[in-house]
Amino acid sequence: MRFLPLTEPDRKAMLAKVGAPSVESLYADVPNGALLTAPITGLSNHMPEMEVERFIGAMAQKNIGTNAAPSFLGAGAYRHHIPAAVDHLIQRGEFLTSYTPYQPEVAQGTLQYLFEFQTQVALLTGMDVANASMYDGATATTEAVAMANRITRRKKAVISGGLHPHYREVVETHGRHTGFETVSAPLDAAGKEDLAKHLGPDVSCVVVQNPSFFGHIHDFTKLAEAVHAAGALLIVAVTEVVSLGLLTPPGEMGADIVVAEGQSIGNPLGFGGPYVGLFAVREKFVRQMPGRVTGQTTDVDGRRGWVLTLSTREQHIRREKATSNICTNSGLCALAFTIHMTLLGEAGLNQLAALNHATASNLADRLATVPGVKLLNESFFNEFTLELSKPAIGVVEALAKKRILGGVPVARLVPGKEAEKLLLIAATELTTEAEMAALVAGLKEVLA
Amino acid sequence: MTTSNPPINTSAGTISGNRGLQLEEPLIFEMDVPGRSGVDLPDVPKHKERLAGMKRKGAVGLPGLAESQVVRHYTKLSQKNYAIDMSVYPLGSCTMKHNPRINEKIARLPGIADLHPMQPVSTVQGALELIDTLAHWLKTLTGMPAVAMSPAAGAHGELCGMLTIRAAQLAKGDARKRILVPESAHGTNPATAASIGYEVDPVPADERGRVDLAAFKAKLGPDVAGTMITNPNTCGLFENDIIDIADAVHGAGGYFYCDGANFNAIVGRVRPGDLGVDAMHINLHKTFSTPHGGGGPGSGPVVLSEALAPYAPLPYVVHGANGFDLVEHDGGKSFGRLKGFHGQMGMFSRALSYILSHGADGLRQVSGDAVLNANYLQASLRSDLSVAFPGTCMHEALFNDDFLEGTGVTTLDFAKAMIDEGYHPMTMYFPLVVHGALLMEPTETESKDGLDRYIEVVQGLARRAKAGDAAYFHGAPYHTPRRRLDETLAARQPILRWKPEETKKAAE
Repeated sequence: MRFLPLTEPDRKAMLAKVGAPSVESLYADVPNGALLTAPITGLSNHMPEMEVERFIGAMAQKNIGTNAAPSFLGAGAYRHHIPAAVDHLIQRGEFLTSYTPYQPEVAQGTLQYLFEFQTQVALLTGMDVANASMYDGATATTEAVAMANRITRRKKAVISGGLHPHYREVVETHGRHTGFETVSAPLDAAGKEDLAKHLGPDVSCVVVQNPSFFGHIHDFTKLAEAVHAAGALLIVAVTEVVSLGLLTPPGEMGADIVVAEGQSIGNPLGFGGPYVGLFAVREKFVRQMPGRVTGQTTDVDGRRGWVLTLSTREQHIRREKATSNICTNSGLCALAFTIHMTLLGEAGLNQLAALNHATASNLADRLATVPGVKLLNESFFNEFTLELSKPAIGVVEALAKKRILGGVPVARLVPGKEAEKLLLIAATELTTEAEMAALVAGLKEVLA
Repeated sequence: MTTSNPPINTSAGTISGNRGLQLEEPLIFEMDVPGRSGVDLPDVPKHKERLAGMKRKGAVGLPGLAESQVVRHYTKLSQKNYAIDMSVYPLGSCTMKHNPRINEKIARLPGIADLHPMQPVSTVQGALELIDTLAHWLKTLTGMPAVAMSPAAGAHGELCGMLTIRAAQLAKGDARKRILVPESAHGTNPATAASIGYEVDPVPADERGRVDLAAFKAKLGPDVAGTMITNPNTCGLFENDIIDIADAVHGAGGYFYCDGANFNAIVGRVRPGDLGVDAMHINLHKTFSTPHGGGGPGSGPVVLSEALAPYAPLPYVVHGANGFDLVEHDGGKSFGRLKGFHGQMGMFSRALSYILSHGADGLRQVSGDAVLNANYLQASLRSDLSVAFPGTCMHEALFNDDFLEGTGVTTLDFAKAMIDEGYHPMTMYFPLVVHGALLMEPTETESKDGLDRYIEVVQGLARRAKAGDAAYFHGAPYHTPRRRLDETLAARQPILRWKPEETKKAAE
């Protein structure tokens, strides 16, 4: 067994030191009958490395990867180019195989990059401070709602029809089981909803998304004013963080909490996870913020250094009185995010965002010429909604048979007649002319 | 002829502030040169702008660095970290074992890393097969009939398990409000139960470091929804009354949630399903060695009993008429969705790679060697430290601070001195049921000779403390990139991000 260094003579010597006749005897506390006397059945014995590669490689080969076919999928997960340096650096063992930085003297590397990460997230979102990451955008959103409930001491969240359906469902799950009410506005494919009408003295927060799930770009300044006038908080979710390189950040529109899915920067699609949730707030709410936070301090020699801080909010200190049960964050994904963002810098992020928008805008123009396709968006960043002449799920299946991964049918996330013909199409800096031509040609055939 | 050089003052600081390979490193924001970038991107093509007038007006404020600088920056930061790749990382209850590199390669395979979660299921049959295969082995290893794969980490798995229990009870019209949680539990257990509105009722430990069975039974009643118990527990001991506990809680109409954080001690040898467990999360980043990555990402699938399975969260993989299918919506009994998309696929592929690499024989050896290593530590340190509870232990050895009594050295001081010796400290002050706890989990991937060196150091430090060298411990660590950091200052005047003026202030 290549990972296990003990030899039989080692075990013998160690058992002698322990004073135990056998390893099995160390399991004497296990109730009678519950101790297995032989290896589990069905699983083969240990496999050489090459066989493991062959075994799982065969599964990988049954899939069509987004790098192996024209791909236009988005809906909260985006295919972007990841510079080679990112994956090289995150695989350094000192990052990959370290734990949560509980002992700051031997974890300054992790703590410093988390401090830099928090600063980048605050800058991008236009907020004061950010935490050291959450599981993903959806769980960050539900933590934001819980935080707003704590701050306002109210128990009703108003959810936009433009919020990613998974985010909405995760919030609704928590609402049902932790005792807060959710008012979910109808799907907002047109981007015209009015949420202010749902405000009232019992509303803790309004949750919106920018660009919305359907791609529309919003100015939430007026909504923020109305929300604040009603004593509630505005939570803005961002599922495509690259957009923040080109768009007015939520912090400048009056958001109180900004949550985001950070996958687009530094992290592969990976069939949906692990991703990295971003969480940024106004300074005055920092002590109600969930999750790990890194802070600056000094050591006994007066030198600048970093520690995990404000831990009196957290479960390992506060137990049942904690602001959240979260222990693990998404450290390595946050590292990938922060390295990629550092490589981009101001100039690189601006250009990346502009490139995404330009590519998507040109693709929208071309798709709008296809018979049976109607573009629903006046505004969008790198993803927009098409209304098709046929049900979108069937269209996407037909495109897949032509080896084109042709977008995300809204009905995949929201079943039913209402969204049946809606298709989300995303383009990024990786989308080529040839891929766009393939999609246009494919849609023409399928919709004919 | 010999030349006589003037004596060198080795205690003087260096000009750069560096000390050999210990290199000082500024923040990225302090290295900014506007216009510099670490990427080259294509030109932006002509296009119609459709931004609804919401184009960003000001700069983001991100610094500009070239790739060469970025690579050096993160390389230097990495060198300020301790890692399993260096040496023993005996952080009890965290299972810091070697991370096989094949797992990293597998997770990055084309056809796994580049799959979009919303592709048509016909194009991701292999991915669903991978999830289903891992699910099968998790069920087999735990002796449980079902598993929910989507939870993102251990605490998220706890939430999943408790919501399943709650949903099952509500479906019977049997709303209950109390959860029994041993005082030795991880902080996430009471935090999870409280977060979904349960009242947490602590159960004391007995003098053997186990759940006090009589006290436990006395607390049972018709309002008890269930119990959350870690087994093996956080004292590193197997709860030998576990079946009585399970029977008692079932008898009262409650469920048994098991915190599976310590599954590494029993994998391949004991199936929690045989102990009466109704739900248990498995930290793939512990037992199945997906990398901890400086605090995540984790993955916390939850195995479930037949009674709880119908309430499992969405989505889940099923065997359909045309191969594998994914159930994402359901009018049935599921308690709902817990996370975006389908779960931590990148951790699933690594964990499956780990399970296959070890096989049925290797997994048994994993738990056996982990338990043997911990017992060897305990036996070797018994005379110099103070073992918290009598008898052999499971995968971790727990000590209290009796051996430091009268020395003026605390558990924290002792831990900091271990850092200077080149070791990450053990878990300190946890579990709470033991005074000044030192919890050591060596895992199965440590060699005997490696453990012998570690034991020698810990023994030496214990003797040094007893010899009256408290001042040495109070000052430790001495040889790290930073010495003891002022955590009180950090909490009282939080500086949570870089700002030009605060950096200047700190430099003055």
